Amino acid sequence: MTAELCYLYAVGRPAELDEAAEGVTGQDGAAVRTVYAAGLGALVSTVSADRFGEEGLKAQLEDLDRLEAVARCHHGVVAAAYQRTTVLPMRLASVYLDDAGVTAMLRERGEEFLAMLSQLEGHVEWGVKIYADPGRAVPAPARPVPPSAESPGRAYLQRRQENRRNQQQLHRDVEAVVSRVAEAAGELAAARVAHRPQQGELATGPGENVTNDGYLVPSGHGEAFREAVTRPAGGVPGVRVEVTGPWAPYSFAVPRER
Amino acid sequence: MSDSMADRMGSSRGTTPYGQQGSSANLADILERVLDKGIVIAGDIQINLLDIELLTIKLRLLVASVDKAKEMGIDWWEHDPSLSSRARPPVSSAAQRGSELSDENARLRAEIAELRAAVGLPEAPAREAEPAEAVEAEEGRTR
Repeated sequence: MTAELCYLYAVGRPAELDEAAEGVTGQDGAAVRTVYAAGLGALVSTVSADRFGEEGLKAQLEDLDRLEAVARCHHGVVAAAYQRTTVLPMRLASVYLDDAGVTAMLRERGEEFLAMLSQLEGHVEWGVKIYADPGRAVPAPARPVPPSAESPGRAYLQRRQENRRNQQQLHRDVEAVVSRVAEAAGELAAARVAHRPQQGELATGPGENVTNDGYLVPSGHGEAFREAVTRPAGGVPGVRVEVTGPWAPYSFAVPRER
Repeated sequence: MSDSMADRMGSSRGTTPYGQQGSSANLADILERVLDKGIVIAGDIQINLLDIELLTIKLRLLVASVDKAKEMGIDWWEHDPSLSSRARPPVSSAAQRGSELSDENARLRAEIAELRAAVGLPEAPAREAEPAEAVEAEEGRTR
């Protein structure tokens, strides 16, 4: 195995790609550079075979802290490039033996990549997550509960009933917000992709993530989009819309065949 | 490229380039994009396909819900106390988490093999098709 390998971050048109690589730091602190072929350019950096060969990569990706470092770095390079020019983000950990491997790949997939670049040109991705937070839902106007402890059982049942009513109200509110957000987003977005709601260890609260969508939006409409998708949740207790972005269009850089 | 950086960045308007999606972006948001999305190409370095499946599934457990994993037909952790969030004590140190993961790896490997044999994972065909082509391409080039 050679001592050095070539890590690939993204592919774009050659114009401005050198500028996009300038001063950007890749995996393990190496400088990001460009490789050109077939009317395309690739952003790459040299990585050590110990860390990014099969064994090394496996070990890194299975360690959550290392995975985070590798993922954040990959994302950082893509994000920096996307500020200059439209690029297609590659899947994490796309590694070649050398620059010639990247060149061959560009020749092989060039047409497909150029078509995708044309499609994504002038767009960014926005993430829209809707959360339901029962803890923040305002309880229905409290009925005068008999203050006497004459019947604790009845008071308990009343409270239960009240809770259930609040729950049902929250569900209805969430549903309404979800459909209004989708409608508002659809008016501005060119495409939509549904991600899995985040509910595992890495999910950040508060509340339960109900929907998690990515939207492809024309670059100039970011502010209008953010306003349009956050408005429906305004004044609705217990329902929150979180907007992330702009992202490079990861969720839309997908070959058609798939 | 005719659009300026401000146009491209939409709302950011130069205050914080690329909005909050720089170094501070939520790890789950980043992972679901860099790992689940983006262009899948077969590099020269192929991590064992089984390992990729394992990694993806593990991350789904971190990022997605147990319910969603169940929908995908993955429910083996229910029989494995070390994977059940109900049975598992909260893990605080990252190192601990790392070694836990490598322990899980061996167990999961066997489980996955069984699972794939039995039902086949939804993503398996798409991931297998491409590397096969690329291996041929690579052989043609390097030999």
